[in-house]
Amino acid sequence: MSAPAVHSLWTTAADPISKIDAPKIEYGQLSPTLIVIGAAVVGVLVEAFVPRRSRYYVQVFVSVVALAAAFAAVVALAAGGYGTTRAHIAAMGAVAVDGPALFLQGTILLAALLGVFTFAERRLDPEAHGNRVDSFAAQAASVPGSDSEKAAVRAGFTTTEVFPLLLFAVGGMLIFPAANDLLTLFVALEVFSLPLYLLCAVARRKRLMSQEAAVKYFLLGAFASAFTLFGIALLYGYAGSVSYARIAQVVDGSVQNVDPALAGTMGNDALLLVGAALTVMGLLFKVGAVPFHMWTPDVYQGAPTPVTGFMAAATKVAAFGALLRLLYVVLPGLRWDWRPVMWAVAVVTMLGGAIVAITQTDIKRLLAYSSIAHAGFILAGVIATSAEGISSVLFYLGAYSFVTIGAFAVVTLVRDAGGEATHLSKWAGLGRRSPLVAAVFAVFLLAFAGIPLTSGFAGKFAVFKAAAQGGAGALVVVGVIASAVAAFFYIRVIVLMFFSEPRPEGPTVAVPSPLTMTAIAVGVAVTVVLGVAPQYFLDLAGQASVFVR
Amino acid sequence: MSFPLLTATAALPALGAVATAAVPAARRTAAKWLALLVSLATLVLAALVAVRFEPGGDRYQLTESHAWIKDFGVRYELGVDGIGVALIALTALLIPFIVLAGWHDADPQETGSKRWRPTQGFFALILAVEAMVILSFEATDVFLFYIFFEAMLIPMYFLIGGFGDRAHEHGEETASTQRSYAAVKFLLYNLAGGLIMLAAVIGLYVVAGSFSLQEIAEARANGSLQMAATTERWLFLGFFFAFAVKAPLWPLHTWLPNAMGEATAPVAVLITAVVDKVGTFAMLRFCLGLFPEASKWATPVILVLALVSIVYGALLAVGQRDIKRLVAYASISHFGFIVMGIFAMTSQGQSGATLYMVNHGISTAALMLVAGFLISRRGSRLIADYGGVQKVAPVLAGTFLIGGLATLSLPGLAPFVSEFLVLVGTFARYPVIGIIATVGIVLAALYTLVLYQRTMTGPVRPEVSRMPDLRARELAVVAPLIALLILLGVFPKPLTDIVNPAVEHTMSDVQQKDPQPEVEAAK
Repeated sequence: MSAPAVHSLWTTAADPISKIDAPKIEYGQLSPTLIVIGAAVVGVLVEAFVPRRSRYYVQVFVSVVALAAAFAAVVALAAGGYGTTRAHIAAMGAVAVDGPALFLQGTILLAALLGVFTFAERRLDPEAHGNRVDSFAAQAASVPGSDSEKAAVRAGFTTTEVFPLLLFAVGGMLIFPAANDLLTLFVALEVFSLPLYLLCAVARRKRLMSQEAAVKYFLLGAFASAFTLFGIALLYGYAGSVSYARIAQVVDGSVQNVDPALAGTMGNDALLLVGAALTVMGLLFKVGAVPFHMWTPDVYQGAPTPVTGFMAAATKVAAFGALLRLLYVVLPGLRWDWRPVMWAVAVVTMLGGAIVAITQTDIKRLLAYSSIAHAGFILAGVIATSAEGISSVLFYLGAYSFVTIGAFAVVTLVRDAGGEATHLSKWAGLGRRSPLVAAVFAVFLLAFAGIPLTSGFAGKFAVFKAAAQGGAGALVVVGVIASAVAAFFYIRVIVLMFFSEPRPEGPTVAVPSPLTMTAIAVGVAVTVVLGVAPQYFLDLAGQASVFVR
Repeated sequence: MSFPLLTATAALPALGAVATAAVPAARRTAAKWLALLVSLATLVLAALVAVRFEPGGDRYQLTESHAWIKDFGVRYELGVDGIGVALIALTALLIPFIVLAGWHDADPQETGSKRWRPTQGFFALILAVEAMVILSFEATDVFLFYIFFEAMLIPMYFLIGGFGDRAHEHGEETASTQRSYAAVKFLLYNLAGGLIMLAAVIGLYVVAGSFSLQEIAEARANGSLQMAATTERWLFLGFFFAFAVKAPLWPLHTWLPNAMGEATAPVAVLITAVVDKVGTFAMLRFCLGLFPEASKWATPVILVLALVSIVYGALLAVGQRDIKRLVAYASISHFGFIVMGIFAMTSQGQSGATLYMVNHGISTAALMLVAGFLISRRGSRLIADYGGVQKVAPVLAGTFLIGGLATLSLPGLAPFVSEFLVLVGTFARYPVIGIIATVGIVLAALYTLVLYQRTMTGPVRPEVSRMPDLRARELAVVAPLIALLILLGVFPKPLTDIVNPAVEHTMSDVQQKDPQPEVEAAK
């Protein structure tokens, strides 16, 4: 099925009205996204019309139901064969409904569901003025330390806007890996980025740091978006279309019916190379690959921890999905050009993330650098340029997002008088005080380190195997060296927790509500199951590893 | 379907570990008895494996095979050859003694959280290590082996870092720092080795398309699998590096003295007598079995490294002031003998190496555990802090002497048989290396006897004058080990009968025949 290019829409628009056909939108196939965005809109209305007292409950209910329903829709679509035999391009060429899209949407939705659980946690901090509080500022608009902030705290306000913001972000993330033209890609990028910038700024404690993180994220993110947009413009200039299929055809040189008006600029390789580089750059920024990773540690550290966990998991999934589709659907004809570059990026990302993480003293920054190193490992799978490459990346993303959400959920539990005790020195001897929490965190760290019998190992093995089969053996060697380096700092945290003497003024472990407990328990369960019996999920990822063109 | 005996042998300690870990904090003693019972039951199963194994039968017996991770080409494939049987028996045999010797090593010193259960953890971790070690001896799928080879590091790491000698000459603070240093060093060395191996494992899959030892051997035999020499060498190096770290071979040995010095004596025995054997075992099964050409290619270098290990380890053992580190360096020397026997590529050398693994396990366990009892009485690991113990605690001193004599391979004790075989096997092919290696024996006599002389003989030092002799529990640990040393020393036949056919298979893997004596050739 050939999709009409945007310019042809404009030209037909100049024709008489009678010639315009109603756009054909496959609502059923887009239902996961539609449900989530619809619920986000409902969430905004809830903010406006529901009394403050019951807003929290209504918002949590709406979010959970929407995400669960959207996940059910994804499962139904997959069961209906849309991931394999009936995969096609919906919404007039804008959105692909295929295996990778559905797999990643399912992963994002589950991650978001666990994210909502951690967002909704209200038992960790002591009650303020008789009101239960969560991780978010009483009133995001009030200046830190001001009278209005104190008043808001006294009044027991809570920032329930975070739930619709989360849903909007999820809506964008669902479209991002499914986008099948560059404009949809860009719109999805903005739709999920803007709510995340906001979410980063609303931490209850350490508000200045949180706001700093948001500003940094926003500024750098805006730059990255601008680059992407510029790249999109150049690619349009190159191919005369923003549609993935069309650009791919032009790259392959198999294009027919060239518009004479565009033939002059079309096929200019300079436009293609620069455009592709800039577009990919924007995606690498979202992925957190070196050298576009600078924002990661600051943002991970400053953002409220539930947001960090959600963002670290879901953004990575969405961005890698989009990157895969761009490289495999739009630019396969260019792979002799982008593979060496991605090689270099993967190598510096793996080594850079792992080496810099060694010197970190804050657990959230440590996990941020670890996420950079993991981005490098995933890139190794991307470079494979094979069906195994796709399925290994899909599997890795699924495994990684559950470990990440679980790990950050544990971070929210370890607290002292100033809120979360994220400095590593405060984690000393945690294993003696709270063996269970420390053991759970150790499981997550071992999974990050890729120790066998955890999901991290299965994922790492999958991507390295794909890379080796794709002829990137040297990359695998760099990967295992980076893993060895990375193991050092994961182990260091375990040493600290189990072998160091507890400090007398050390932090305590808050007893969470069933919400956070669920998030952590699911994280552990998935980590172990994917480590011991990954076959079913590998099958799933394998079946989902064909992009529709 | 027959009873999955091999799975059961590993599953029992694994389940035992879970059960032990779940014992409530107050019921410490129950956890200890549970762990002991489980380890004894495992010994029964291991004995059953040895009985059911037919030395003259197929190469791999009691096999089990199930699909596991299809996408990775991984099968849950178990099977034992004679070498595996011997080492499983050794493991299952030593664990009850380790549990019994460590009876009080993990009693909580101060009351932490109510949930802090160090005792339960200690014994659960030991059983977990046992399960993984047994599985790695049984796995005939490279990937499956790799998983347990790597995963066993984690419980081992907690055993080294989490539990140390009660008394320490530098105070608890320093002891704790040194312990975690030793644990981290252990883990990083072995993890790095394992990750290098991971690259080679992936490479093997890319080249061979399978992880199954039998499939790869068949493919090689019918010619459908042909490795380029360079590829084979790189893959061999990846595997060998990991095993050389684990074994440990000079110059990758430096983690062992730290780990054995800081860990409690039973854990030190677990490291050197049980876990490290996986390294030498894997050299036989995987390096020689998968990469015969590359093994032959690398033999000269490896023999030299082994020789350096033998002499260097022994020399450093002579110079040690710390009893446990002395035993550690002695072990490095002995591992040199084992590796030398494996790569001498003669059937005597390899039989000797396999026997050596078993005998070294028993003799080191005897020596180290008695040393541990000694250290726990005086609260010091320094040789200089002892003197005249044999007058105060004659039984302790006597058993220590026998353990020491076994370490220096006195004829009549088990290690003599294996060391002799290794030397004969090496001499047949590499006479110069065989001759130099005998220096190791002389040095062994030096460090053991000097150790005995300084600690046990001479005037009784005031600090040891009230030292109690071995208690019943301690005697129950030492006496059977010494009995075994003597038994296998005068009657090694049951062991050699099991081991020899397996060694012939390995020899045929590398297509080597024993060099014929020259006199015979002249006829």
